[in-house]
Amino acid sequence: MRSGIFAAVFYVASFVLAGGLAYRIRLYAKTPAALRIPTTPAPTTHAGVAVRLAGEVVLFQSLFKANKWTWAFGWVFHAAMLATLVQHLRYFLQPVPWPVVLEQPIGVLAGFPMAAGLFALWGRRFVVERIRYITGPSDHLMLALLVAITVSGLAMKYLAHTDIVALKTFFLGLMRLRVEPLPGDPVLLVHLSLVATLMVVFPFSKLLHAPGVFFSPSRNQPDDTRERRFVSRSALLKPASKA
Amino acid sequence: MAAVTGFDPKAEVHGDPIEIPTLACGAMANSKPFAAGPAHQAALGFPGELVEDWHDKAIFRLGELLENSRALRVYLDSCVKCGACTDKCHYFLGTGDPKNMPVARQDLLRKVYRRHFTWAGKVVPWLVGAEDLTKDVLADWYSYFHQCSQCRRCSVFCPYGIDTAEISMAARDIMDTIGMGQKYSNEIIGKVFSVGNNLGLPPKALKATLAGLEDEIEEETGVPVKLPLDVKGADVLLVTPSADFFASPHMEGLIGYAKVFHEAGVSWTLSTYASEAANFGMFVGSQENMKKVALRIRKAAQDLGVKRLVFGECGHAWRVAYSFLDTLAGPFDFLDPAYPVPQHICEFTNDLIEAGKLRFDKAANDSFRLTFHDSCNVARASRMGDAPGGQFEIPRAVLRATCNHFFDMAPETTREKTFCCGGGGGLLTDELMDVRAKGAQPRMRALQEVAEEHGVTHMAAICAICKAQFSKVLPMYGFDREAIVSVHQMVSNAILLTGSRQAEEYDARRKSAG
Ligand code: SF4
Ligand code: SF4
Ligand code: SF4
Repeated sequence: MRSGIFAAVFYVASFVLAGGLAYRIRLYAKTPAALRIPTTPAPTTHAGVAVRLAGEVVLFQSLFKANKWTWAFGWVFHAAMLATLVQHLRYFLQPVPWPVVLEQPIGVLAGFPMAAGLFALWGRRFVVERIRYITGPSDHLMLALLVAITVSGLAMKYLAHTDIVALKTFFLGLMRLRVEPLPGDPVLLVHLSLVATLMVVFPFSKLLHAPGVFFSPSRNQPDDTRERRFVSRSALLKPASKA
Repeated sequence: MAAVTGFDPKAEVHGDPIEIPTLACGAMANSKPFAAGPAHQAALGFPGELVEDWHDKAIFRLGELLENSRALRVYLDSCVKCGACTDKCHYFLGTGDPKNMPVARQDLLRKVYRRHFTWAGKVVPWLVGAEDLTKDVLADWYSYFHQCSQCRRCSVFCPYGIDTAEISMAARDIMDTIGMGQKYSNEIIGKVFSVGNNLGLPPKALKATLAGLEDEIEEETGVPVKLPLDVKGADVLLVTPSADFFASPHMEGLIGYAKVFHEAGVSWTLSTYASEAANFGMFVGSQENMKKVALRIRKAAQDLGVKRLVFGECGHAWRVAYSFLDTLAGPFDFLDPAYPVPQHICEFTNDLIEAGKLRFDKAANDSFRLTFHDSCNVARASRMGDAPGGQFEIPRAVLRATCNHFFDMAPETTREKTFCCGGGGGLLTDELMDVRAKGAQPRMRALQEVAEEHGVTHMAAICAICKAQFSKVLPMYGFDREAIVSVHQMVSNAILLTGSRQAEEYDARRKSAG
């Protein structure tokens, strides 16, 4: 029963996440970039743009310019989350590839900086007047969700161990369309439910910043209008005049 | 919700340009531009007053804009409320009104977008800050989307490059579509269509002005420098903001361009039909009107049969020219492919300087201790020269070639981080003086710093709006009204025209010294 429910939940969550993101990304891709609007100085070539985007995605360059604290908290959180995600690959891959094996010691510790980063980011939402002003219920909830996922994960690693072998069997089973038994530890069930929630919420929330950063015209366009004519597909520019 | 009273620019001029104010909720809620009347609206193809079904029309228009602007879609979805932009807008720094924080300004539109175009906003609006478009929301739009100069400073710092300028443009376009236009911008666009320039300067007056300037130059230098108008077959069409034809210090800049063209021996002309570089279609966010205004320049270039297109000193005009013109009115394959289309007058002059074709007596500018205001539209939305950042280096190179005393303002207020003058984006109108004065505060503080540190007396700019705005706000902050100068005014002061009195005197001095 439990295994069946969770299997269904994860199928649905994966479907919503993948489908929702695919829909959104398609929408971004097919919506015309009306005009060339890179924030300059901007690279003049597409290769340069790739470097600029990499700087944004890997190092959060613009955020670094803006505010060192926000940058530090945000970067630590995202980097630690990435390390944790890589670490979690071991539950889904058999055999476990060697880079993931090597990464395990970092990955299992990454939950701590991840939690620290989240709490620091959350704290700003209470302490800094300007940020308190722009914070809404969904911003708090999103942080609460991430904190709960991180803390429940850490709890399983360091306090209430769960049967990892059985858990892996469950997920490998799901990937082969088979429902294997899922361990019944409450912390695990909470952790998994929250992760499923996050997956479902992703394509409908501000988490869309993840694909968004790649589609942002101020960052992903080269500054090359004098070298190559930019032809707009915007329908608003089609009629020669309106009045 | 009381308005901020007793803002005293002379007291505010001292301090850190990027000092963060405490929040003053509602402080600027009463700042609103005059509404465009029916005639001004009609000329642009907009309804004359708020239409009956304004709500549905507005939502429909937002949908249209979303379908045609990836920027708008991505920006409205991607904000994580990180707050990185909150202290980056000069209007927030100057007013403390939280709705002038870029993200809060965006949210005025985003909440309506969420309500009507996102699943979460339809199902759980209270959770995701989604709101219906009400008359109150509309009033907020009219107020705060006219407190954004579309300067893009916020977009530099946003981790996703979210550009509030794009959001403001969209909101203004929606308001125009339902009959809530802004008088200043729409009246001006109408004048461009009917007369050819923002100021409504008729061809006759233009001709007389140019003749007057020719006399002035000849009197000063002894050289018959021409300011040609509508000359068919000239090599260069110069398109410049109409303020260059009558306002100061703009006119001194125009004299500078004329001297440079003369000395370079390049035939050039102005056009009555396109006697305006500005394109307020961008300010009001109307792609249709922006295109229509841009097409004038193409027609003028074709009618006059010129080979090159050069733009005078104007910030947003250069953005439209550099970034959009080819898209809106191109291709310009009838021009000489040996030259970039378009070129900025600073590029034109700098090329000549680098080629050693211009001579200057820098001492002629010794009464100026100069700094340079990077106009934001040039800084963050265009380029000069071949390499990124040329838009910062080239005007400075021109100033350094023509002046002995040049000092930059604080790095957090220049180049890509430059602060708007406070009057851009269609806000250069008297009824918005309060927000203009407050928005100028960061720039005025930066200027005060170099005035104290290096004895800077003047600030050069390459934007007609910046020049007009500074002429107004400089005295409020205790500076001289004439402390704002054109870059080509400095060129004009120092250039040694072949055969001019100045050149002869200079050479005589050199000989006797040497
Ligand atoms: S574009 Fe400029 S004026 Fe507008 S919100 Fe951003 S910083 Fe402020
Ligand atoms: S910096 Fe960008 S993501 Fe952060 S609050 Fe401002 S607009 Fe939103
Ligand atoms: S007027 Fe000048 S400083 Fe102000 S927005 Fe335009 S370019 Fe920027």
